[in-house]
Amino acid sequence: MPSRLLGPQNRYLWFWVFTGPFVVGLGVFVYVPLLWSLALSFFDARNTVTPTHFVGLSNYTSVLGDSAFTSSLATFAVFCLFIVPATYALSLALALMVNRLRLARAFFRSVFFLPTACSYVVASVIWKLSLFNGVRFGLANTVLRWFGQDPVAWLSTSHPPWYWLVIVTVRLWLQAGFYMVLILAGLQRIPRALYEAAAVDGARPGWQVFRHITFPQLRATSVAVVLLLVINAFQAFDEFYNLLSTARGYPPYARPPLVYLYYVALGQGQDLGIGSAGAVVLALIIALVTVVQARWFGLGRKEE
Amino acid sequence: MTTSEPTEPIPAPTFSRRRLFTLGAGAALTAALAACGSNTGRGSGSSGGHGAPVLSQWYHQYGEAGTEQAVKRYAAAYTEARVSVQWRPGDYDRQTAAALLTDAGPDVFEVNGPTLDQIQGHQVVDLTHEIAAVRPDFNAAVLAPKTYRGKVYGIPQTIDMQMLYYRKSLLTAAGVRPPRTLHELVDAAHRLTTRNVKGLFLGNDGGAGVLGGTPLFAAGLELVTADGRVGFDDPAAAAALAGLHTLYANKSLLLGAPADWADPSAFTQGLTAMQWTGLWAMPQIKKALGDDFGVLPFPAAGNHGRPAVPVGAYATAVSARSKHVDAAKAYAKWLWVDRTDDQQDFALSYGFHIPARVSLAKKAAKLRTGPAADAVGFATDHGHASPLLWTPKSQTALQDALTRIIQGGADPSAQLKSVVSTVGSELSRVLKKSGKG
Repeated sequence: MPSRLLGPQNRYLWFWVFTGPFVVGLGVFVYVPLLWSLALSFFDARNTVTPTHFVGLSNYTSVLGDSAFTSSLATFAVFCLFIVPATYALSLALALMVNRLRLARAFFRSVFFLPTACSYVVASVIWKLSLFNGVRFGLANTVLRWFGQDPVAWLSTSHPPWYWLVIVTVRLWLQAGFYMVLILAGLQRIPRALYEAAAVDGARPGWQVFRHITFPQLRATSVAVVLLLVINAFQAFDEFYNLLSTARGYPPYARPPLVYLYYVALGQGQDLGIGSAGAVVLALIIALVTVVQARWFGLGRKEE
Repeated sequence: MTTSEPTEPIPAPTFSRRRLFTLGAGAALTAALAACGSNTGRGSGSSGGHGAPVLSQWYHQYGEAGTEQAVKRYAAAYTEARVSVQWRPGDYDRQTAAALLTDAGPDVFEVNGPTLDQIQGHQVVDLTHEIAAVRPDFNAAVLAPKTYRGKVYGIPQTIDMQMLYYRKSLLTAAGVRPPRTLHELVDAAHRLTTRNVKGLFLGNDGGAGVLGGTPLFAAGLELVTADGRVGFDDPAAAAALAGLHTLYANKSLLLGAPADWADPSAFTQGLTAMQWTGLWAMPQIKKALGDDFGVLPFPAAGNHGRPAVPVGAYATAVSARSKHVDAAKAYAKWLWVDRTDDQQDFALSYGFHIPARVSLAKKAAKLRTGPAADAVGFATDHGHASPLLWTPKSQTALQDALTRIIQGGADPSAQLKSVVSTVGSELSRVLKKSGKG
């Protein structure tokens, strides 16, 4: 009987020896917290993870009625609509340029890829304290001063919203190189024969070839890159928090959902009920966006 | 780090927030791992060598050298229990909040509170009996937020306060006298601003974070009235906040300085002629500028205004999840009620704080002359603490509105109207809860 349980050559045993720890880890660190959070969202859970006061959907109505939460969703949407196309375009441009190089291609590839190795926190600190600080000796303000301009308080000015410049440039700098490498790999997989055939047919090199050969051939890579970019944008927290938070909290602008939830659920308030409800709403939105996006791009459909 | 207290001793002035955050994440991870293992900082067992209990006591990291050694020395002198002191760098409020949910938390801990949620959630125990003998000796303004329905849940340790520091020589050169009203402050900041030096530094966000309710106090109003209603539903509030926007719009404010308001660097390095910062910064300012500085409270705003400074105190509380609640209460009483010499030493030998006990504050030689004496006077005469009923949600609502008014030039009356409604519903929520429980 035990030998039946163990399977031929103890295969079942070894299956569990290898997968068991990961299944347990996944359960303990992913599924239990997930379900727990879902449960918490229906309770009045202030400063406790074992609440007793069931409140039904009131946490949901309260979080959806909170203009800070809805405006954080709007902030995120604006950020996403800008950063995804911008990073894609920049990465594609870099990849096309590096791909054309005959000399020192590896050097430039590494140079552009290098910022990926830098942490968001470190980059944010450099952006905040050296490049875009508000006093006269910050790099950006030094440049402005050469042209006789007054220094700008980049992160404390909401009219015009200069803080977006800081937030967007730091992310572009950090991630453009990584996606450039992905697109570069895609470019190198395009058969040379296609370009030769196009040349024979009289296609002009440059825009025409890019429009009709390179870009369509990059479709699979582009879909993957855009998906990754959207997911990364959803996870926006580090640079926002590190650039804009102060000892007393976070300004009411440029506040993405994760920052909002962080302050509600993990700040001095410790309102885990509202926090969980917000997290569930956010998870549903992410799921919806991902499904729509997958449909749109025909992800998972058989390649023709 | 939205705090309900108006003041907080800066953990370590030389640390940036990022560093604190990174350390905090590390410390939180360590705490989480410790919670999984047996190393909870309680020693090897639940009781010490002589049958005496082992207590774990937490402090947040004070920036001043010697404080850690001092608190360990006080603890070592206690004979009724073995006290193991944990010195916790990083985001202390979050660490304690998380630890209080588990059994691995501290027995005795200092807290920038305790918050109303912690009290209503029965996370901290009643210490009224422990301080009963000396209750009138505590500074009333800072004891009030530790008191809920007549019971005291935290023993105030030291008072921190914030005020306006100004550079005497720069004011004289510009022919400006130290401002006594908000109107004069706006005018002075404007006249002190040059190409290289700004008039006033209220923090990198333009003052929304650090000032909080102070401009409302200066307008003669309250955050929460004694009978638990919104205390700033008044046109004077909007007028005071409009004055803050003028400071911003005139470009008189220093913004985006490398070190934020809690650190006096911007002031001592000559980036600004006036700065709002804490009492804790005074030794550093004195060292850098000698006698070339003076201090002021936040000036009166409007016709019914009065000067105001925010005061607050870290308090010692006892966790309700402690396995030795009685021993922990006895220790808290011993250190923060009986040991007045240690309390004096803690307040003034390392950093620069006002002892929470009025009798000790009067005795302190360091607080009798110059700007320090002025500061003690401000704290006594014009000190306002954040009320216990002022929840983080109310604080966030006010701070968001302040940011929109100061930086965005939003209409103060409209913004305040929405804050009043948020605070009103928060107050009715917490008062309803206290009626039940």
